[in-house]
Amino acid sequence: MSASTARPFHTTPLARLGWLALALYLLWAMSSLDFNLARFIIGLDNGAKFIARMFPPNFERWDLLVKGLTESLQMAFLASFLGTLISLPLGLLAARNLLPRVITWPVRIVIIGCRSFHPVIVAIICVKAVGFGALAGIIALTVASVGFVGKLFTEAIEEISMKQIEAVRATGASFMNVVIFGVMPQVMFRFIGFAAYETDANLRNSTMVGIVGAGGIGGTLFAAFQRFDYDYVFAIVLSIIALIMVGEVLQIWLKKVFRQ
Amino acid sequence: MLSIKHLVQQYVPGKPVLRDISLDIEGADITAIIGPSGTGKSTLIRCINRLVEPTSGAILFEGRDMVKLSGSELRQARSRIGMVFQEYNLVERLSVMENLLTGCLGKTPAWKALLRKFEPEDIRGAWEMLEVVGLTGFANARADSLSGGQRQRVGISRAVMQHPALLLADEPTSSLDPKTSVEIMELLTRVATSKNIPVIINMHDVELAKRFANRIIGMAGGTVVYDGPPSGLDDDILKQIYGGESWLH
Repeated sequence: MSASTARPFHTTPLARLGWLALALYLLWAMSSLDFNLARFIIGLDNGAKFIARMFPPNFERWDLLVKGLTESLQMAFLASFLGTLISLPLGLLAARNLLPRVITWPVRIVIIGCRSFHPVIVAIICVKAVGFGALAGIIALTVASVGFVGKLFTEAIEEISMKQIEAVRATGASFMNVVIFGVMPQVMFRFIGFAAYETDANLRNSTMVGIVGAGGIGGTLFAAFQRFDYDYVFAIVLSIIALIMVGEVLQIWLKKVFRQ
Repeated sequence: MLSIKHLVQQYVPGKPVLRDISLDIEGADITAIIGPSGTGKSTLIRCINRLVEPTSGAILFEGRDMVKLSGSELRQARSRIGMVFQEYNLVERLSVMENLLTGCLGKTPAWKALLRKFEPEDIRGAWEMLEVVGLTGFANARADSLSGGQRQRVGISRAVMQHPALLLADEPTSSLDPKTSVEIMELLTRVATSKNIPVIINMHDVELAKRFANRIIGMAGGTVVYDGPPSGLDDDILKQIYGGESWLH
């Protein structure tokens, strides 16, 4: 083959085989799960009835709605606060550029453990452990926050400039002073971003853990579903959307305040 | 004051960066270490304050062997050695004042550092130092807003804030333009003379070394090949240090 006709890009037979395998797997999954158009069209009819029953949204039991939302909000903020507070030392102890493996590995395993399960699964366990109510939800969301913020914080610390650390160490500073004057200035502004993002995630998750009895608006939502009060369900859904939007605005405002 | 005896350093076993270096630093000399890149100048200077671990040998500083120190004793000894870096190594997001006070961290407990509670005499010293280096108006400016020359002046101030008995400088002018380089060298020598402490400077620029140092150490291949006054640095010796000769004329 002459140089001018040589293909400029390269696909390996293995990559083509991979795509083929993926296509075959998807076809098999669709057939075995009864995933087809006819079934979908029958379902649409049912869906239309359901949506029709949702209108107009029913805000009659607004007191219960407000109580649930307030609880969700409190859970989200408490869990975010506790979670980020715990993540600070854990994230630091897991940073491989500052500490030896004997310390970072056990801490990393704790953080990975916190991130392994969806908050709802952790909430189920917490409800079994401490009983129904907001406490279980707060614990579940805190665990999730540690898993998420801890990991991000560790990564932020592992990306810092070691030159700045070297200079602070050269002054004879202790490890804690190196952290305070060398590490924290380089990562704190990012940590504020992580905390804001986690609060946003917890707002959404806090509306969900209630489904398994861990407090918040989710419990009310689930009960309304089971009683076929679809108009009330719609009212709750609208309220949750409003809550998340308020959270979004708050986050933008927070970032403006702490912008560096 | 500082006595290096048979210092060997190897990052990879069998490939020593420093091969049996012995040096004595006395009085308030300005000592320039010159040599090609990769010959171990930075490693040598970092062994002195143990930012790099020596493999064997001894480094006697103020009567103690730096190589044997650990924990708080090492940190205490380190705080007596100021260090200036090629890329300034300021903490970018801290203010100029905070960067100066970083020099006092060796004796400051963590809770005081966290609350920025420094001794009044140190704060006074920092203001005086800012005046010496001509940065009085920049105390609250963030370090990353300064120019290269200004940053290096902050770097030198931070080292001086340690009240060091010895100053180390690792290529302090290599990232600066020629005019600023001379200004920085003048500042370093002025500070050293006024504090009456020795300075060890790694340098690329042979002319600048000759102009400011009163002792030149030439290194090649991890050993000292010249140790004497700048006047003794002739073409033959430069050839021995850097190899080749086409670059000389």
